[in-house]
Amino acid sequence: MTDPLSRVFAALADPTRRDMVARLTVGDATVGALAAPYDVSMQAVSKHLKVLEQAGLVSRSREAQRRPVHLEAEVFDLMTKWIERYRRQAEERYQRLDEVLAAMNGTTESQTDHLIGHHIDQEGTAS
Amino acid sequence: MSSTANTHSGTAGDSIAEATIEAVPEVPVIRITRQFAATPEQLFRAHTDPDLFARWVGPRDLNTKIDHWDARDGGSFRFLNVRGDDEYAFRGCFHTVSPDRIVQTFTWEGMPDAVSLETLRFEDLGNGRTRLVAESLCDSFEGRDGWLASGMEVGVNEGYAKLDELLADGAAG
Repeated sequence: MTDPLSRVFAALADPTRRDMVARLTVGDATVGALAAPYDVSMQAVSKHLKVLEQAGLVSRSREAQRRPVHLEAEVFDLMTKWIERYRRQAEERYQRLDEVLAAMNGTTESQTDHLIGHHIDQEGTAS
Repeated sequence: MSSTANTHSGTAGDSIAEATIEAVPEVPVIRITRQFAATPEQLFRAHTDPDLFARWVGPRDLNTKIDHWDARDGGSFRFLNVRGDDEYAFRGCFHTVSPDRIVQTFTWEGMPDAVSLETLRFEDLGNGRTRLVAESLCDSFEGRDGWLASGMEVGVNEGYAKLDELLADGAAG
């Protein structure tokens, strides 16, 4: 699981890390400020940040303890954009399915039977 | 951007309107959920009758041609999306075809090694409404993310190249 997108997904699989990312969307924060709301050790928070950093989601300068953590919004946006595009494709497909289902509702049983029968006839003559 | 919905983009909860999507972090699954103003039986037919299926599965600017279709346990299918001279072929095997559940394999022939296992569930909500839950279990996280990143027009590599660039920039900074 070493490809970039999987690293991003894995990094965001943890609720604490998701919460950290959510708070960083508001603005940069120091490690101490990030750690404040959680009932965990600073080491645990640093570990979470390291995972986010390795996924490319956040960056810190060299003096990690004092310098604020910064959200790499572009990486985050790119991932959500990919997922959203995939979702939109599915939604468009299902809107076409809505139309097909509505047309099915509009036809009586016998008409539908006829349509299906027609299809079987076609297959029958083709084979 | 919703704050915590990092792996869950789209409308929330049981809203009727739009499809929701989840990329499950623990397993390489894409799960799409959508409600329809139709009975489970109608949804089942729209997924198993090749004429009905061809009318909705492909993007509007592509023609869907059913090459082979045998929707029963142990049957198989193959269909083509055609735009001008471009053809995209998909095929798979129907493992289980039952009124409330279809289990099938699915492959785009352009990436024949990436085979996903698809489970479609038709959940009767009453009042002529049905919830469709479509799960695609990919054979690797790379495969799953490839599907998510692709779309058909934009290649997986292009998407990854862009992410690599962003990550390289971040690492350099």
